[in-house]
Amino acid sequence: MSEATPKFKITIDGHTVEVDPGTTILNAARLLGGDSVPPAMCYYTSLKGSGGKCRTCLVEVSKGSEKDPRPMPKLVASCSTTVMDGMEIKNKSSQRVLDARSGVVEMLLINHPLDCPICDQAGECHLQDLAYEHGKSNTRYEFERRTFEKLDIGEYIKLHMTRCILCYRCVYTANQLTDKREHGVLKRGDAAEIGTFIENNLTNDFIGNVIDVCPVGALTDKTFRFRSRVWYTKPMDVHRDCPTCSGKAVAWMIGDEVARVTARKDQFGEVKEFICNDCRFHKKEKSDWTIEGPRHIDRTSVISANHYELEIPKHTPLLNKA
Amino acid sequence: MARKLLLEHAQVEGIHTYDVYRKNGGYKAVEKALKSMSPEDVVEEVKKSGLRGRGGAGFPTGMKWSFIAKPEGVPRHLLCNADESEPGTFKDRYLMEKIPHLLIEGMIVSSYALGCNSSYIYIRGEYMYVLQILERAIAEAYANGWLGKNIQGSGYDLDLHVSPGAGAYICGEETALIESLEGKRGNPRMKPPFPAVQGLWARPTVVNNVETIAAVVPIVNEGGDSYAAIGVGKSTGTKLISASGNINKPGVYEIELGVSVEEFIYSDQYCGGMKNGKRIKACVPGGSSVPILPHYLITKTAAGESRLMTYESLADGGFASGSMLGSGGFIVYDEDQCIVRNTWNFSRFYHHESCGQCSPCREGTGWMEKVLHRLEYGHGKMEDIDLLWDIQRQIEGNTICPLGDAAAWPVAAAIRHFREEFEWHVNEPKRCLETNYGLVKEKTFESVNA
Repeated sequence: MSEATPKFKITIDGHTVEVDPGTTILNAARLLGGDSVPPAMCYYTSLKGSGGKCRTCLVEVSKGSEKDPRPMPKLVASCSTTVMDGMEIKNKSSQRVLDARSGVVEMLLINHPLDCPICDQAGECHLQDLAYEHGKSNTRYEFERRTFEKLDIGEYIKLHMTRCILCYRCVYTANQLTDKREHGVLKRGDAAEIGTFIENNLTNDFIGNVIDVCPVGALTDKTFRFRSRVWYTKPMDVHRDCPTCSGKAVAWMIGDEVARVTARKDQFGEVKEFICNDCRFHKKEKSDWTIEGPRHIDRTSVISANHYELEIPKHTPLLNKA
Repeated sequence: MARKLLLEHAQVEGIHTYDVYRKNGGYKAVEKALKSMSPEDVVEEVKKSGLRGRGGAGFPTGMKWSFIAKPEGVPRHLLCNADESEPGTFKDRYLMEKIPHLLIEGMIVSSYALGCNSSYIYIRGEYMYVLQILERAIAEAYANGWLGKNIQGSGYDLDLHVSPGAGAYICGEETALIESLEGKRGNPRMKPPFPAVQGLWARPTVVNNVETIAAVVPIVNEGGDSYAAIGVGKSTGTKLISASGNINKPGVYEIELGVSVEEFIYSDQYCGGMKNGKRIKACVPGGSSVPILPHYLITKTAAGESRLMTYESLADGGFASGSMLGSGGFIVYDEDQCIVRNTWNFSRFYHHESCGQCSPCREGTGWMEKVLHRLEYGHGKMEDIDLLWDIQRQIEGNTICPLGDAAAWPVAAAIRHFREEFEWHVNEPKRCLETNYGLVKEKTFESVNA
């Protein structure tokens, strides 16, 4: 690495971090971790063009840079604003940011069905986490919510548009993993919907990844739908020799059974290595995989709450009694 | 008599044809610019003229032009924004319909100033007949050597294309316009990068309104200083105003900036006063997205000064007691008009036109429309007014493009100035369907902001 590139020093909520020029505020905050990280519903590091749409990552720039210390008049989307040297950013320490964010969450939820009790994503849903953190406990929306018909977009994937927050992640995933445009957004405004015009099957080898990038339960895995709540399953790091992809995945087990397979997600819920449909949908036997050990879920969410990582002691008093 | 720079020859028989236009002094600006001026000279003249963007934001055009990046070997583009869709604004249509060659001449001079060799006019889908007028005019310009290779022997090449949109308001936002022109869904882009650095096909691009580009012609002909002599302060030159509503003579007027609002509404030269002798209730001075003004703030500012048709004077007092010149869609309401209904109507428009990309605007515009609909039809509650205020505040400033702001401002201003009319709709659910509230009681600036 050359020493020539100077690093930019920025401050988020009073914590200072040095980052490379060209880094976005969100990524700088992710280096700091903890409470400095703004939530992001649409931004996805590996997807080009993503970000800026959900407006949950808005932050206040209280000092533009060392050279031009004027604050930015509007809140900015941290996922798409690059840092300047000496920039000072307020995330949770700014009431303005918290107000705007709770406003955005309210907007996201007014047309969301809130059917978490029957939604497969519940427990690992980013919208759920976001709403717990920033949402209000009641709604002021008194009109009929927007609903759509459920769509089959292929053998393995169910599109439940009613839950969609239009983050466009799946559109970018499909476009960037394949040679041709697979699906897109039809119509506009609050009638906008994800669709394959004309009704079409998505058959690409990697199309299953749209399920992983979806922050809500709009795209779900048909081989896993309604089989179990995610927090009853036990995530295990597994791998196999796959001719198409890296073969590194997470198997969500119920006992000795592989209930579903997903790619490995980091603490921000982002997949680094996409896996192929074959690994995801067809390898449902324990013998298909080499098990590495329990997957550590580094997220404050229900899925990490069941202490699956702990070994069950062999001789517990309870067992001895029996 | 006020000077007319753009519409001087608008009423001449056959001005839409090349021959008549040329006889009336057409294409002189191109001759002058190509023969005796360098591109920098043209930019300098535009800077001197103080011309400001006529599309609504009022950004100085010369400055915008000087921002364009000029990397070696990368073509640059000039786009003309003819996607005039703001409710209440119809000045560009009039200009293009009557004198299409003026726009073409402006495009040639402006493209020359920016060093562009292919330029585009993006016109809204509803203006399909204007598109045909423009295409005929462009064909005439090609035939007479004003477009194409080596224009009039100057060595400068320019290709001019007209491209129709499909009728989306959002495509009037410059980055959405670029996306649409590229053949994609017209979603606004994130800024930065700004179009001046990465616009059409990631090349440096300038997007200007029809009227702005047309105004370059008189600036080049008569010099920037002479243009700057018209107007008041930083509002220089002439502006086309599309006047509509309850006035005697609705239509497109070219005014010298600095005419007083009172003169504009009541003089026979312009709107000719209120229709049927009614009293004025409210006025939206710059197209549907700018804040509405109640009758006591139209001709006088909060400080009691006479309000002028300039960028500064109309904005005097900020949003608390002012508005904006915007795109010049001047809508006048008489005492029989219902402000709640009008706000609902605007809000319905923004709901329909939101692109649906970012959440506050996608969900918020629809929500506002539903609440306003309820209020207008007598099912509203008192909390709805505060709820509306909250929703517009949650949208404003938190969206990617200005459509969110444009949807929020009219609602905010209507509640700010006409709150008692909203309350009356809640208290009199039956009467509000049959009759109108009438004039709002005069308030002073202090009582409004108490």
